[in-house]
Amino acid sequence: MNTTSLKVPQEGYYGEFGGAYIPEMLYPNTRELQERYLTILESAGFRKELSSLLKDYAGRPTPLYHAARLSEYYHTNIYLKREDLTHTGAHKINNALGQILLARKLGKKRIIAETGAGQHGVATATVCARMGMQCTVYMGALDVVRQHPNVERMKLLGAEVVPVEQGNRTLKDAVNEALRDWISHPGETYYLIGSVVGPHPYPDLVARLQSVISEELMWQMKEKTGHAEPDTIIACVGGGSNAAGIFYHYLDKPAVRLIAVEAGGKGVDTGETAATIALGLTGILHGSKTYVIQDEDGQITEPYSVSAGLDYPGIGPLLSHLFREKRVEFYTANDEEALRAARFLARHEGIIPALESAHALALLDKMTFPPDRHIVINLSGRGDKDLETILNRDEK
Amino acid sequence: MNRIDHLFKNKPHRVLSVYFTAGYPHLTDTVPVIKTLSDQGADMIEIGVPFSDPVADGPVIQHSDTVALKNGMTLKKLIGQLKGIRQTTGVPLLLMSYLNPVLRYGMEAFCRDIATQEIDGVIIPDLPPEEYIKEYKMLFTTHNLKNIFLVTPQTPGERIHFLDREGEGFLYVVSSRSTTGMKNAFSKEQTSYFRHLREMNLTNKLLAGFGISNRKTFDQACRYLNGAIVGSAYIKALEQEDDPVRGTRKFIHSIEGKNISG
Ligand SMILES: Cc1ncc(COP(=O)(O)O)c(C=O)c1O
Repeated sequence: MNTTSLKVPQEGYYGEFGGAYIPEMLYPNTRELQERYLTILESAGFRKELSSLLKDYAGRPTPLYHAARLSEYYHTNIYLKREDLTHTGAHKINNALGQILLARKLGKKRIIAETGAGQHGVATATVCARMGMQCTVYMGALDVVRQHPNVERMKLLGAEVVPVEQGNRTLKDAVNEALRDWISHPGETYYLIGSVVGPHPYPDLVARLQSVISEELMWQMKEKTGHAEPDTIIACVGGGSNAAGIFYHYLDKPAVRLIAVEAGGKGVDTGETAATIALGLTGILHGSKTYVIQDEDGQITEPYSVSAGLDYPGIGPLLSHLFREKRVEFYTANDEEALRAARFLARHEGIIPALESAHALALLDKMTFPPDRHIVINLSGRGDKDLETILNRDEK
Repeated sequence: MNRIDHLFKNKPHRVLSVYFTAGYPHLTDTVPVIKTLSDQGADMIEIGVPFSDPVADGPVIQHSDTVALKNGMTLKKLIGQLKGIRQTTGVPLLLMSYLNPVLRYGMEAFCRDIATQEIDGVIIPDLPPEEYIKEYKMLFTTHNLKNIFLVTPQTPGERIHFLDREGEGFLYVVSSRSTTGMKNAFSKEQTSYFRHLREMNLTNKLLAGFGISNRKTFDQACRYLNGAIVGSAYIKALEQEDDPVRGTRKFIHSIEGKNISG
């Protein structure tokens, strides 16, 4: 296994996955990003400003919390990486802050974004307000309904929220509309994408910005246990950004078991699912070659999950590569399993997780870990936005 | 000689190419639409393969894709429908598809099967030219298929020369910064972009597309370029007429000002 190639794309490719499969209209935009993102990201000025914003504005480092009652119940040592405690309530802010600084460096004036759960939309609206930039967020019309609190937050923050009526009216359709907007407004507009998806260099850009999670985890684990390396790290996967972020600095440490949990929806075999690795075939979606849930004619299958942030028929090319290289194991958790895990965490630890993150927690019911192990779960976001969904499900 | 090259040799000006979505408005309309377009004087026809996520397309073509997919259209079915199409028309035929359905079909099988039906070329908007040259150009050449590149108002001059050097058939000139759709007239900015392209003295013929919707926009494009491609406006016209033959005839007349025949 070539460990450097695991996280660093070569000419935009992670093994066979990645690339920039975009129409010619987007060539100048992506080219500009490809040529400049690394220089900007690695410049001293950018790093200084970003780390100060991450600390004082977003509230980093996020705690690594030893979940005592969860550990007792599952007879092992469980730690939660508390991304839910960041400003705006999810890991999405790490990426949004980095990209808004990049956009400003590129001289862009107008920001567009897609959102599923609304967390990336809120994070983008937040950083746009902070930088005084104009913000338009595309959101599937179904998600506008099921994640309504986040829609109100975005509006309060001054963003324009555009409901998307195409397709299943969820995340995939929102990305389509954001790409169409970008085609129609090249030059002045920056597309602030919310996960490790899209054409090169977005997957690498977003993975680097989210890698702050594992950077912190290394010293926090060392502080708490004496070892920088936990035995296992578990994260949920929609596009894959919180997983990429918490795996990043451990990718070349083979002793650390890395587990990704996809949304099974109503069940992987029901046709109502978002389990891309479980069902997908190599294809092209949103500018990158990766696993995609599709039919035999190459039409993209409309996905389903109770969790808007995981309701996506693709996955970032980095994650496809990590699956192919057998560096990351993939499992699924269904709607009901995630809902149960969410309620369980609320009752036992006093933490209401996002339904996305609850998919990672649900793995604890499916897998046993020896008592002396250290398991880290990425608690990617908080569940305030999901109260209505959880309560409605309770009644059934 | 490939039919596209032949067309431009005989008719270097005012070439009218018409795009429609296969299987729209009805699954079996593909061949009748091609026949009517060809009978009514379209110089070239682009057959759209419907796709679930057409990011380069505006609302009209998105809608026709959705309807065609609901009708059950697939790339496989389309290639089946095109069997014997050369008994129906001699005009150049292009397939326009997003990359994913083609990859699922298999690029080699795709090229082989469409070449068997004497299709002349393809437009795959999300296949970057660099990728095409590296991976597929040999295959296309073997099958005498042209892969059409796009240039846009944002394409840097150097890249236009690269696309012209590597381009085949013609260059598809995207008229404005937008997805596909309709415009009533082109702005000064757009016509000066057309003029600029003409003055670059490129090797390839140039057809304008995106936003050509009526005689005015067609004439504006033809003043500078070799012709134009109409898509959304034609699909709209099909929507508004029950009889595709009559709809097509009226439409071509409205663009070209030709006498209505037949
Ligand atoms: C809290 C939370 N976790 C996870 C995700 C899934 O995205 P990703 O896989 O990119 O982390 C989302 C997306 O909206 C989210 O809001």
